[in-house]
Amino acid sequence: MSRMPLPYNPKVLDLFRNPKNQGKMEDATVVAVAGNPSCGDMITFYLKINDRDVIEKASFESYGCAANIATSSIVTEMVKGLAVEAAWSVSWKSVTEAVGGLPSIKFHCGILAVGALKRAIRKYHKDRGTRPEWLSDEISFEEKQALEEEELAKLLSKRMKTEEK
Amino acid sequence: MIDNVRELLRAHEGLKREVYLDNENSSQVPKEVVEAMLPYYSEYAYGNPTLTHKPGWEAYETIMESAQKIAACLGTETLEDVNFAPGETEANNLALIGTAQALKAKSKKIVISETEPLSVLNVAEMLQKQGYTLVKIPVDPEGFVDLQKLGDAVDNGTVLVSLSAVNQEIGTIQPLKAAIDVVRDRNPDAIFHTDATDAYGKILFDVKALDVDLATVGSYKILGPRGVGALYVKEGLNVDRILEGQIGTQRLWPGVENTPLIVGFAKASELAFENFQDNIHHMRKLRDMLISRITEGITDVRLNGPEGDRRGSDNVNVSFLRCEGEALTIELSLKGVYVSSGSACTRRLLQPSHVLVAIGRKFDEAHGSILMKVTRYHTEEDIEHVLEVIPKAVDRIRGIVGSTGVS
Repeated sequence: MSRMPLPYNPKVLDLFRNPKNQGKMEDATVVAVAGNPSCGDMITFYLKINDRDVIEKASFESYGCAANIATSSIVTEMVKGLAVEAAWSVSWKSVTEAVGGLPSIKFHCGILAVGALKRAIRKYHKDRGTRPEWLSDEISFEEKQALEEEELAKLLSKRMKTEEK
Repeated sequence: MIDNVRELLRAHEGLKREVYLDNENSSQVPKEVVEAMLPYYSEYAYGNPTLTHKPGWEAYETIMESAQKIAACLGTETLEDVNFAPGETEANNLALIGTAQALKAKSKKIVISETEPLSVLNVAEMLQKQGYTLVKIPVDPEGFVDLQKLGDAVDNGTVLVSLSAVNQEIGTIQPLKAAIDVVRDRNPDAIFHTDATDAYGKILFDVKALDVDLATVGSYKILGPRGVGALYVKEGLNVDRILEGQIGTQRLWPGVENTPLIVGFAKASELAFENFQDNIHHMRKLRDMLISRITEGITDVRLNGPEGDRRGSDNVNVSFLRCEGEALTIELSLKGVYVSSGSACTRRLLQPSHVLVAIGRKFDEAHGSILMKVTRYHTEEDIEHVLEVIPKAVDRIRGIVGSTGVS
């Protein structure tokens, strides 16, 4: 196990101490998850979307480090009031910028947060049976990364279980 | 980057009470140790101990007296058995590589446990890449090494066995004497090394009674200064140097001896060993106060490592389920309680401690672990403060986690 210094900036610290829109949303239109507890990184997003395809409310729950909590929190703020289409164009880079930057080893936290958001948007359209033009069948970078992280965690825990035998 | 750290430090302003429990990773050096060291920087014995002048002879006398004190604490009369090195990492490197080099032609197998510190584990893996056979002996759910498997692994080709006396993370006190007997029974020539950094000054540990060949001890683990440790080498045993340069009083470590640090190490040893039983009793009391009230007062907690007499006197290691460790250490820090977590999020996946994995903890259990080590300087009031802060911190972090990951 190696360790590295993690000089989180004041914005990340503030979002960690006072996360916005934290908690389960009972009347969510759509819920999506990215990551898993074995990765040490897992985010659930709740979106309340109105019939004009505008995100009225967003909230999150997060199992993860301070960067994970901060990026999840900022994503909920960034997408609130946005049309679903506009929310789709939120990228992990814009999220990282919005929290004032992250140590490079924590970039994946922002990627996972956006991965969860994009999964939620995809699920929203799938549930409704709609296929807007801007929503490509090809999965986005963040969704792909989230998937890879989950696969890696599965592989590792499988390897551990095999070793136990 | 440094500005961020300044802001992080500013966020801690106004703390009324601070309790440092991360003595695994670095320690606060008591004033009496620092005061004992200070004269050796500029007033006395600042010379090179191998040179023929007064400050040099003073340094020689000081280093030998310090070695004698540490030798006595280790249970040997011979000060030459104590070989100073810059720390326990270096002493462990010296023990493994130095032994392998010295006995190169003879045998090629190294046996360690799965829960050795990285300065043993990583070095053994490096030697494996160089052609040695490495066997890692599994441990049971409390961290005790499987003696049967240890015996089975040792054969005529075994050059070295390395097993920690007390596990650095989960406090398991290994049955070292039994392990040494098992190894000698299979191969009387195998060299037995123990990393005793978490035993020295914390449990009864005597190199002569154990008849161990090599033992690593470190200064900061007993509240001495960082940057100094020692390798006990049984008289007559052959260990090669792993660094070359100007050899002085230390035949196994070249370079100019750091007299003040050695003095600090000896002073810290003296302090740990005077009132030894009282110190141990005090640490155990605080340790058990933390363990019992955390495991009884907070839901979904696992104690990592054994309980009672089989656990190092200072060690507390608990896993909080549904609570990520790094987030928890930051939350605790902001409340003045300083601990470390058993996972380090330094790559895409959080890396769980190899020790927690070896005792069978699942990843999410390892991720929520925190390690604390009490010292004789902690008071019951300190521990009460910690016990007030921890449940609230765990609650807040679990609040953010919510239903995520609950299946």
